[in-house]
Amino acid sequence: MSAITHHIPDAMMAAYASGNLPHPFAVVVATHVSLCAECRAALGAHQTVGGALLERSDHVSVSAGLKSDLMAMLDDPVVPEPIFERQGIYPGPVVEALKGKPPRWKTLGMGVKQSILSETGGGSVRLLYIPAGQAVPDHSHNGLELTLVLQGSFSDETGRYSAGDVEIGDEDLEHTPIADAGDACICLAATDAPLRFNAFVPRLLQPFFRI
Amino acid sequence: MPEQSQKTSELTVWLIAVRDNRDRAAFAQLFDYFAPRLKGFVMRSGMGSAQAEEIVQDVMLTVWRKASMFDPHRAQASAWIYQIARNRQIDIIRKEHRPIPDELAQDPGSEPDASQILAFDQEAEQLKTAIDQLGPDQKDMIEKAYLGDLTHQEISAQTGLPLGTVKSRIRLGLRRLRKELEGLR
Repeated sequence: MSAITHHIPDAMMAAYASGNLPHPFAVVVATHVSLCAECRAALGAHQTVGGALLERSDHVSVSAGLKSDLMAMLDDPVVPEPIFERQGIYPGPVVEALKGKPPRWKTLGMGVKQSILSETGGGSVRLLYIPAGQAVPDHSHNGLELTLVLQGSFSDETGRYSAGDVEIGDEDLEHTPIADAGDACICLAATDAPLRFNAFVPRLLQPFFRI
Repeated sequence: MPEQSQKTSELTVWLIAVRDNRDRAAFAQLFDYFAPRLKGFVMRSGMGSAQAEEIVQDVMLTVWRKASMFDPHRAQASAWIYQIARNRQIDIIRKEHRPIPDELAQDPGSEPDASQILAFDQEAEQLKTAIDQLGPDQKDMIEKAYLGDLTHQEISAQTGLPLGTVKSRIRLGLRRLRKELEGLR
């Protein structure tokens, strides 16, 4: 894997550590950290700050029985939580979002496919499959869009993104990502609002494709 | 603050004793240290006393059960427990499982490197000193950010938020951590 050059910004990493990042973006950050030593170290730094604040936090006495109750629970049987391990190009957080199953690709035309992992009022997270040399439909964003490359690479007006890189698009970014030659480009894309496509898929069809 | 720096390494020692020896006395010490702080921390984000105690109990039980995942070369005890507490609060408030990164494989045969753990502790101490020296407004803002009261847009809009300053205090640690993590891949 070539070196990762596009990372998660500090403010976003702090929000991830504190838990105040919308779920679709948290999936992307957790996936990027799974792939990127630099951002894992940065997350460690934010956790250290959080831990320092915890140590400095005001003490509030706990009820008398809390400790003895807890000590008595230490030997209780534990129901193991499911662990989602990396499968091929998909790190654990993606496998968890896929519920451990392979992606269910739906064709968008021109060889482009998507597999929606989750979609709520608060945004969506999906996998995108773009054949080499193919463009992702020209689009701009109502909100924020995070695109993390899992396989292959793409280039657009802002640069080149290869495996592990994250592109952060806001309302001002109108871009046409094109998958580079080589392997098909597979990305994890998260938005907090529906995408607006300028061409390729007419606006009327957007609800049909759910993009 | 010599008392505080001694305390920090003590926390690490206790947590390692829980991890390696399932040491109940050490766990009781960790409880005495963290439970009132965790309760105060959780109540700061608006939770009532009873629900805060449930979270304290959950978090401390997780500390006991997942102690095998604690690596003192990569995390301070308080940092590790902070993340467990925030994850738990998010799971409860949003009723959704918070996505977390893949665990790094640990080399089971490796001996703890005391000098490295100490160096990490010292850097974290410097960080705490830096936090103590912040003005009240900055400190308030940083607490809000790490209690999850600010969105990432709000955090980036806070020009007064010394995120960079805070991070540069642990830059050395970050560099070393990064090198080490790259070695693990």
